[in-house]
Amino acid sequence: MNDASMSAEMTANLSKSLDFDQAAKPKVVAKDVNVFYGEKQALFDVSIDIVEKSVTAFIGPSGCGKSTFLRCINRMNDTIEGCVVKGGISLDGDDIYAPSLDVVELRARVGMVFQKPNPFPKSIYENVSYGPRIHGLARGKTELDEIVESSLKRAGLWEEVKDRLNEPGTGLSGGQQQRLCIARAIAVSPEVILMDEPCSALDPIATARIEELIDELRANFTIIIVTHSMQQAARVSQRTAFFHLGILVELGATEQIFTNPSDKRTQDYITGRFG
Amino acid sequence: MAGYAFLLIALMTTAAYLLGRGRGARIWAGGDGSKVHSLPGYHGAFVAAWVGIPAFILGLFWLFLQGPIIDQFLIASLPTSMTDGATASQINLLVSEIKNVAAGQVFKEPTPDIVAAAERYELWGQIARWAMIVVALAVMVVALSFARSRLAPRFRARNAFEHVLSGLMIFCSVVAIATTIGIVSSLVFEAWRFFTMVPVTEFLFGLRWEPQIALRDDQVAGLGAFGAIPVFTGTILIAFLAMLVATPIGIFTAIYLVEYSSDRARKIIKPIMEILAGVPTVVYGFFAVLTVAPAIREFGGLIGIAVSPNSAIAAGGVMGIMIIPFISSLSDDALNAVPRSMRDGSLALGATPSETMIKVLLPAALPGIVGGVLLGVSRAIGETMIVVMAAGLIASLTLNPLDSVTTVTVQIVTLLIGDTEFDSPKTLAAFALGLVLFLVTLCLNVIALRIVRKYREQYD
Ligand SMILES: Nc1ncnc2c1ncn2[C@@H]1O[C@H](COP(=O)(O)OP(=O)(O)OP(=O)(O)O)[C@@H](O)[C@H]1O
Ligand SMILES: [Mg+2]
Repeated sequence: MNDASMSAEMTANLSKSLDFDQAAKPKVVAKDVNVFYGEKQALFDVSIDIVEKSVTAFIGPSGCGKSTFLRCINRMNDTIEGCVVKGGISLDGDDIYAPSLDVVELRARVGMVFQKPNPFPKSIYENVSYGPRIHGLARGKTELDEIVESSLKRAGLWEEVKDRLNEPGTGLSGGQQQRLCIARAIAVSPEVILMDEPCSALDPIATARIEELIDELRANFTIIIVTHSMQQAARVSQRTAFFHLGILVELGATEQIFTNPSDKRTQDYITGRFG
Repeated sequence: MAGYAFLLIALMTTAAYLLGRGRGARIWAGGDGSKVHSLPGYHGAFVAAWVGIPAFILGLFWLFLQGPIIDQFLIASLPTSMTDGATASQINLLVSEIKNVAAGQVFKEPTPDIVAAAERYELWGQIARWAMIVVALAVMVVALSFARSRLAPRFRARNAFEHVLSGLMIFCSVVAIATTIGIVSSLVFEAWRFFTMVPVTEFLFGLRWEPQIALRDDQVAGLGAFGAIPVFTGTILIAFLAMLVATPIGIFTAIYLVEYSSDRARKIIKPIMEILAGVPTVVYGFFAVLTVAPAIREFGGLIGIAVSPNSAIAAGGVMGIMIIPFISSLSDDALNAVPRSMRDGSLALGATPSETMIKVLLPAALPGIVGGVLLGVSRAIGETMIVVMAAGLIASLTLNPLDSVTTVTVQIVTLLIGDTEFDSPKTLAAFALGLVLFLVTLCLNVIALRIVRKYREQYD
């Protein structure tokens, strides 16, 4: 976290917190997103810009709709029966809820890492090559091998598994499995990676590795991470969004949110008064 | 009479429960609460168990033993002139004549000896029944006073009742196991008798099956041949045809239900599958004989192929329809047991639902599905009613689905229908076939359940 002068500067921009990133290009833009599970409304008029090649953290108490919003961005909510999304979300200016849009292509551009590591019950190699194969990204065995190797390297897993690529991915440790899932996601070269509490099932050391990894991946990918750990949000993210009861309460630079939140609810949450 | 005896036991047990509970309640009210071990209800249950269970078991044994013992007395009391030199079956005849006379069914004028014996039989029966009631009552009274005398504040009626319950459960499972052992050993024993008459090798590898041998001297029949290969191939052919129908339809139905159907479609399709599973097999038999077989025959006639009236394909096809719900519900379970996160992981990588199904869900669910199919095969092999109605009787060695073939179950049924005498190879052959059937389905079931269980453990 930065020094006090920085946060003073933030305070000046409180009313328009987005100004901080005006130079940066928004990758994902959501406008008035409302989500319903049957009768129940889970998100209310969420509007947000996600800056390209940076890490945005979603924080907020349990059940406030962080995962729900995350799943809107790669339309995984489509797979939940009774879930209706209203409003507009665009990726690079293209409406992702347009009827002409191909969901399968969208999900290749917006990858996802889940809370619990979920490698397929296949070999490590097959886990990573799964995406490139179905999308036809490799033009032969050697190219596929290259993709697998580079993905595993970028996920920081290559050294640990290069001699056992044909062993089942489910045989790895929890932290390794999660990095395998990250490798699997980057193997299809997505532009955005969504991570829903990727470290909640991991020990502190594995968590530290994943956080390091996220910091490295920021150079090439736009990353959105949901986390319950305030420290984690502070460590890995540049911008932080605070959700509460289905409402996006506040969005701003991470330093500003943690040192000088503009909303009372944000303040209460980060000082541990509720949630 | 026996009915009254058991009614009496039931009444006494209820009374014992009430008594015990009342006593327990008084103990409870008398002592200070913390010192009393069990609630009044447990005291009641303890007394009731002591009163009811021994008397009930006694009654059962009495009923079993009463008949044979009286018969023995009866035979012993007959004048030696009637029993001397008589064979066992003649004596049996005599005993049943006496019983008929005692019951008032007189077919021919009985001899005075028989009438006297019948009267004795009546009398002993009366005595035995009354004796049973008296003895049961005595046992219950003794048990009641014993059990009541044990009730005390520190008496652990709750734990004692626990013992009674577990004893009851052990008893029930022992009954089930003993019955199984009995059935299997009788099967093995009869089959062994068959194999003393017909060599095992001939039975297992012979190519001719003509079991209709003469039972009496005046019957006209062949010499008999007990090579079961044609029967086995017929069974396999029909089971194969059935699985050819059931496996793809069942699995695809399951896939559709799990992955593609909307909630509404699922709500309609599932009950229909349950109805299909609940149709009695004899109805499937009708369907095969009256609808499917003629239709196939007619169709064959149209395109110039001769189809036998009870073709294997009709029986097998209808049997397949019967097995569809079985396969689909087991595959459904297997697919549903694959964690949702697998499916989400694949979809989030941009796979289509069918890619997800083929590359992730099906491989993960495969062991469960294979187990389900094996269980289906075992059902197809053991299925009786449909084939009795729709398959043929003649064991012909063929793999042509348009021909008529016979199956193990059909042969067992036909061998045991009509004139039977349990020491000819004809009837004993049924037990040998039954033994083979039992062993095959047992193996299939064990393997299938192993596979299914092993697979279940994987994700828990
Ligand atoms: N599949 C679903 N069906 C119905 N309601 C749902 C479903 N998923 C989530 N919800 C509801 O939507 C709201 C937001 O849930 P969501 O999972 O997005 O919260 P979250 O912020 O991710 O919480 P957590 O931090 O506990 O993961 C909750 O009230 C939840 O009950
Ligand atoms: Mg969540």
